This record gives sequence, structure tokens and C-alpha cells, in this order.
Amino acid sequence: MAVAQGKAPNETFVLNLGPQHPATHGVLRVKLTMDGEYITRAEPVPGYIHRMQEKMGENRTWAQYLPNTSRIDYLSAMAYTHGYVGAVERAAGIQVPPRAEYVRVITSELNRISSHLVWFGAFLLDLGGFTPLLYAFDDREKILDLLEGITGSRLTYSYYRFGGLYNDVDEDFLGGTREFVAQMRPRLGMYRTLVTENIILRKRLEGIGVITPEQCRKYGATGPVIRGSGIAYDVRKVEPYSVYADFEFDIPVFPEGDSMARYLVRMEEMGQSLRIIEQALAKLPDGPVMAEKVPRVLKPPAGDYCYAVEAARGRFAVLVVSDNKEMAYRIKLRTPSFSNLSLFEEVSQGMMLPDALALMGSLDLVIPDIDR
Amino acid sequence: MKQPLRDIVGGFYSLLSGMRVTIAQFFKPSVTVHYPHESLQMPARFRGHIELVRDPATGKAVCFACKVCEKSCPSDCITVEGAKLEGAKRKSVTQFRLDFTKCSLCGSCVEACKSNAIRFSRQYNLASTNKDEFVMDLFKRLEAEGQ
Repeated sequence: MAVAQGKAPNETFVLNLGPQHPATHGVLRVKLTMDGEYITRAEPVPGYIHRMQEKMGENRTWAQYLPNTSRIDYLSAMAYTHGYVGAVERAAGIQVPPRAEYVRVITSELNRISSHLVWFGAFLLDLGGFTPLLYAFDDREKILDLLEGITGSRLTYSYYRFGGLYNDVDEDFLGGTREFVAQMRPRLGMYRTLVTENIILRKRLEGIGVITPEQCRKYGATGPVIRGSGIAYDVRKVEPYSVYADFEFDIPVFPEGDSMARYLVRMEEMGQSLRIIEQALAKLPDGPVMAEKVPRVLKPPAGDYCYAVEAARGRFAVLVVSDNKEMAYRIKLRTPSFSNLSLFEEVSQGMMLPDALALMGSLDLVIPDIDR
Repeated sequence: MKQPLRDIVGGFYSLLSGMRVTIAQFFKPSVTVHYPHESLQMPARFRGHIELVRDPATGKAVCFACKVCEKSCPSDCITVEGAKLEGAKRKSVTQFRLDFTKCSLCGSCVEACKSNAIRFSRQYNLASTNKDEFVMDLFKRLEAEGQ
């Protein structure tokens, strides 16, 4: 690829991608300096949907901040709520009953599949294939119906509470989830035939947007991005939280580092999530779903507490600083999309514009997660 | 010479097998609902906007204006006013203003209410061209329903 590094400004031009562009999946703006069809510099400009999520945590009580957590990454809201309640439970020393932990795992994994299905549809839409989106949304709809039945909401669940769950799961949900797992397996095979093996997709993704393990480490990329670069980093395995240590599952790793590797990681991950859900359903213990004696007004002892979860896009960590008051002194959110986006500038250099969009799609960015 | 030929045949086969999936879909039942001609039943736990619960014994609102919901709301969208009626032991609600433009349907108010005086409605067709329609007085609404 002929890259025009250091060319005179009159030989390049600036192309504004976004903030309203279907390929940026939200209000992300990327300032592209182009040399013909090749990118010489891509500068992401976030900030269009900044809502001061961290600052809001400082003027709301611990419980009042809970609904915010499902609005950071609206596609995997369960994992985000899990991160926050986990941090506060750690701070206040609340023990969560086992049934609640198992239900948390089941709902988080269902949410991960639904999130990956949205990515699958939207990514292929970026590449110009419309039909797979409809198949993906058909399956996702089943998950949303299941989760709506127990949480009352389709996206912004806020289902977890400090010490347990909002309410217990019912037989409809458990039966429905078993049925869904059985239905979803053949669907993954169908996706392979319909999309993964498709020659056009392979030509668009293989060898495109190679991210090296060093770049992942440099920018702190996590989730499917780092696993697509050959590093088996998954918070569920490296620092197991909740009851993830009880389940057998593999971490899909592909060493190629190209867009296809990241695609394959996510497709494999859906199968692994189904495995976890199946085991959790089989092992689901009886008992309460709420810890006893959780005070109505929480005042965790002073100190710093951190809790990290594996969200659909990578490591999501919450750091809460408490000064023994009913509101947090500071809430710091470490979101995966922000780190994953930051390597875009380096990796996209010298790429052709359509390939860079394929790279951006394979990073699976959620803009409110970047601009929280 | 062999490899490109294999690529062409293999690539063509991958397109055909994809097409087979698409064609098979034509003979499967429809998964969508023809809204607005048909609509779905909301699940029992659906979180709609809140509404006041009527006490079946008295026919009045259960709410006695303790204002716990007002305090628990993260977005300050509830304003409750109550007054002690003559002969009554405790207060009763006289105004329950919900600013639905600010509400994020988190359900904190319903959870905070110890006397189960508010619940989620199952309404979801909430479109309007007039913003004022979303600042609702739930007490007036309950009274109007009773008549």
C-alpha cells in the first residue's frame, strides 16, 4: 500500500466521517485525512453524547445511581450493572446468595449473546449485507422477550440490586431459556453457512486491519479485540468473579489479529455463552435471591473498591471511592470501547476507507460507552 | 492454475449455500407482528409509567403522601402533596405529579413504596405532539377513572 506520509497539505483532503453516519453506530466523529482513497490520519472526536455519568455518581445515592449503569453500554446493560453492584457489594461487605449469583450469570450471558447478535447484524450491514441483520434480530428478539419477562424492560434492565436481584426468575423464564439454548445452537451453524463461509465476507475481512498484541497492550484493548490478536485475556478466567469459576468454558482465541479473527472470536463466544447458560440452568440452586439485612440507606466504609467484569466488549471495571456517606465520593468507570477505539488511529493508517470501516465495525464500538 | 480454480468453485459454492438458507426462510412462518393492526400483550412485570393503586375497600388511593417515592427518584420527576382530611387518621394524597419527560422508568419509586401504593401501568403507546401531556397528575387520573 502506497502511503503518502508527509505529503503537502494540498495533496491530501479532510473527510468528515460522522457524527451522523450509519457506520459509526452513534454520534462518533472521525476526522479522516485522506490521500485519495487511502487514510493518512484518522482522528476520532468523541464527546457528542457525553452525559457525565461519572459526575452523576457523585450526587446521587448509591441506589439512585443504579439505573445509570444500564445506560452506559445499552447493549450489554446486565454486565455493567453487575460491575457496579459488585463494587458496592464489595465496599459494603454484602454477601450475595448463590441463587442470585447463578441468575446473574444466566442473564449476563444471555445479554452477551444478544449484544453479539446486534454487532453481527450491524457489522454485516456496514459491509453491505442486509439480510443477516434480520436473522440476528429474530434471535435477539427471543432473548429480549425472555429478559423483558423477568426485568420488565427490554434494554435498560437494572435487574441487579445490592445483595441480589430485583425479583426472582420464574418457571417461564427458565423453560424459555432452555428452549432458546436448544434453538440457538443450530442457528449458529446456520450463521456459519450463511455468513462465515461466504467468500465475499472472507475477502473483505481476511488480512484487513491487523492489530498486533503489542498494540493491544499499548492501548489497553480488551475483549474480543485482544482475543482476536492471540492473547487469552478474559476477566471471567483471569480474575473470576461471581460464580464463573464453577463453569467449564473455553476462551476462543485467534492469533491472526485481523478483522476476521475478531469476527470469529465473537461467533465462538456465543456458543461458549450457551454452554455457560446450560450449566448454570442445570446447577441453579434454590433459595433466596436477596441477601438478608441489606440496609435501606447504604453507607459503605471509607476506602477504594474496584470490581471488574467481562462485558460483551471487554473489561468493564468500576472503581468506587467511599467516604462513608450515602453518596459516592467518586465513581470511575473503565469502559472497554474507549480503549478499543483509541487503537483505531494507529491501525487505520494507510488503509483504504472501506477497509477502515470494516476495522471499525470489527471493534464493535458503542458510542455511549466511549462518551459516558 | 489449480488454486485459483479451486477458489472460484469454492467461493461460488459458499454463495449458493448461503442462498439456500435464504430460500428456506421463505417457507418458514412469519416472526413479525403487523403493528398497529395487531399488538403484543405486555408481560406482567412490564415497567411502564407509574400509576396510583386504588384501595378496593375504600375506593380511594392507597397513597398517604409519605413522599418516599419523591426522595428515591433519581431524576426528581415526582412531586407529591398530601393533606389531612377531616376525621381521617392520616394524610391522603391530593396531588401526585409525575413529570414523565424526565422519568427513565427505573422503578425506584415502586420499590421504595412500602405500602404498594404505586404500580407500573402497561401503557406503552405514549406518543404526543404536546409536551404538557407528559406532566401528569396521577391523582386526578385516578379520580377521573373512578367516575
